Amino acid sequence: MKITFPHMGNVYIAGKAFFEELGQEVIPPPRCSRKTLEIGTKYSQETICLPLKIMIGNFVESIEKGADTVLLTGSCGPCRFGYYSILEENILRDLGHNIDFIVLDPIGEGWKPLKENIYRIFKANNIKDVIAAGRLGWQLIKKADYIIHLSNQKRAYAMDSYLVDLIIDNYYRKVEETFGEKDMMELMDETIEALNRVKIKKDHKPIRIGLIGEIYTIIEPFVNLEVERKLGHMGVLVEKSLTPTIWVDHHVKNFPFGSKGERKKHQLAKPYLKTLVGGHGRETVGSAIYYRNMGFDGVIQLLPLNCMPEIVAKSILNTVSKDLDFPIMTLILDEMTGEAGYLTRLEAFVDLLKRRKEEVQYG
Amino acid sequence: MKNKVGIPRGMFYYDYYLLWKEFFNNLDVEVVPSPKTNKDILNKGVHTCVDEACLPVKVFHGHVDYLKDKVNYIFIPKFISIYPKEYCCPKHLGLPDMVRHSIEGLPEIIDPEINLRKSDKTLKKAVLNTGKYFTKSSKKIYRAFNEAYNQFFKDVDLMSRGVVPINAVGLYDDLSFNIKEGNETFKRKILFLGHSYNIYDDYINMNIVSKLKKRKTKVITAEMVDEESIRYYASKLPKRMFWTHGQRIVGAAYALIERRSIDGIIYVSAFGCGLDSVLMDLVERKAKENKIPFTLLTIDEQTGEAGINTRIEAFLDMLEWRDNNEDNFSTYG
Repeated sequence: MKITFPHMGNVYIAGKAFFEELGQEVIPPPRCSRKTLEIGTKYSQETICLPLKIMIGNFVESIEKGADTVLLTGSCGPCRFGYYSILEENILRDLGHNIDFIVLDPIGEGWKPLKENIYRIFKANNIKDVIAAGRLGWQLIKKADYIIHLSNQKRAYAMDSYLVDLIIDNYYRKVEETFGEKDMMELMDETIEALNRVKIKKDHKPIRIGLIGEIYTIIEPFVNLEVERKLGHMGVLVEKSLTPTIWVDHHVKNFPFGSKGERKKHQLAKPYLKTLVGGHGRETVGSAIYYRNMGFDGVIQLLPLNCMPEIVAKSILNTVSKDLDFPIMTLILDEMTGEAGYLTRLEAFVDLLKRRKEEVQYG
Repeated sequence: MKNKVGIPRGMFYYDYYLLWKEFFNNLDVEVVPSPKTNKDILNKGVHTCVDEACLPVKVFHGHVDYLKDKVNYIFIPKFISIYPKEYCCPKHLGLPDMVRHSIEGLPEIIDPEINLRKSDKTLKKAVLNTGKYFTKSSKKIYRAFNEAYNQFFKDVDLMSRGVVPINAVGLYDDLSFNIKEGNETFKRKILFLGHSYNIYDDYINMNIVSKLKKRKTKVITAEMVDEESIRYYASKLPKRMFWTHGQRIVGAAYALIERRSIDGIIYVSAFGCGLDSVLMDLVERKAKENKIPFTLLTIDEQTGEAGINTRIEAFLDMLEWRDNNEDNFSTYG
């Protein structure tokens, strides 16, 4: 069994080390590129949303490298992500790849299939093994996320923000050469140290922007055209409302109640949106208000074209923006998004925030 | 002054209008539906709604905008789930919120939450919350609802015999769905597939039904297939379909394809419909396997009628050619 899984930001770093530690053979797909996207758009149906297209690209590229089993988390509505596994299986079968799909559906669909799947991929014999493995994975995910978080912090303050990019790119390159949890942890620690050594501007008060919206577009840098880096080089401090850590914390670690942070966002969204709308629609509204309360200068909503929950959120964000006098920009991403236009909009938004700040400071 | 409740003619109007109308009438409330979709309503909708939404949601906004000065209340229920463990489209989940935040100067919106995902007890609460606007007696509310509900089921029963509910009570004479079998000879049967708010709104789908009827084609919709077969065939999917409307569309299509009782499928989908992007693929695969011709018409606010005409004519011509060919092959297999 050679496992592969779709890319979602830096999850593959934790995933690779985790499964290697459990004794599974892992083939992470090559990092997302134009080629991935091209393969994906070629074989998926035209009207589906962007994440599926990229995933197809990932799978095809992994299969070329020898993978024969796909690992995927499932869901059961109302977002169409829940049906991804079926569509993907069909597409891959059309291409002549007979691939095993292991889908981790939520417990609501029955505990037994989930248990079997977990035992199979974790190579566990009893619940104790599962918990031990889970703990290991949790540490890895947390640390991998922390590096991204730290790099975003450093980029905003650094004398030379490109140095941060250099360190991160180096880290990505070395990830492919590591094996197992110990190697990976060492590499991560080294990277953190290197990041901490970056020289920092004193008395710099950066603009602060929160990234909200659909989880895949927030996390995967290829899809959002490296928005964190682009903003970072403009001297902006970026914070993401959703990360793999937050997701695991909410959906797995604190099951079935949900994590404190996410529940707080639901609370904040309540005056505008009382019920769930699928995906992360409600969290998007809540996060916008959360960042406003935290004193951020603005937020950017990211969504793939035609994302149903985020469209609902977008129409509500108009009112939020008006009510709270808080700048919110929406960027919609699909395979046709041009980088230059995107950069112009980001620059304009940051300029606007700077002007607003000056006006408040100097009248 | 008598209370007036506006019901926008969009989204679930086509499924539940009869139920809502009876219910409000039983409570002695006047019901004001908006007129059939027209150019003004569409333009208003496009103007007020967020750009990314799909056509039916935009049209719905237009209907609400039309009604806002004419009534005391507007009824937009929040459909989260209408079947255990299933959901509605995310846009239905947020419909009242979308409307509230997009249109200014609205009267009070009645938006009871209908969530039968875990249990159907919440329906009672939704009914009560709706009725409370007009009377204090919960007994009266329940009675009004039960009567309306029973009447509604009689109509639904009619529906599976080939009459669309709106037709059943003569409210919507001109949609020409009403099929008098025996009087006319039909050459072909075509499944006209899609969400009810796309296929019964003859403005946004450019009156495809009458175009098909002109060519002596019998039109079937997913609503005319009985619930039992829909559930049975939908359960054949490799994963449980978690959208109730997905069940209906896929189940109906699978049932008719496997029974081979149709000659072709025309799927009408609004641009940007998330459900359709999945459902369409599932239906198309099945149709291909069974050699049933399938065509997809995508509609949005800019669709030109001429293009739709050409597509339909080409599709029907292709079906005719199949008649002449013993092996029933279309040009593209």
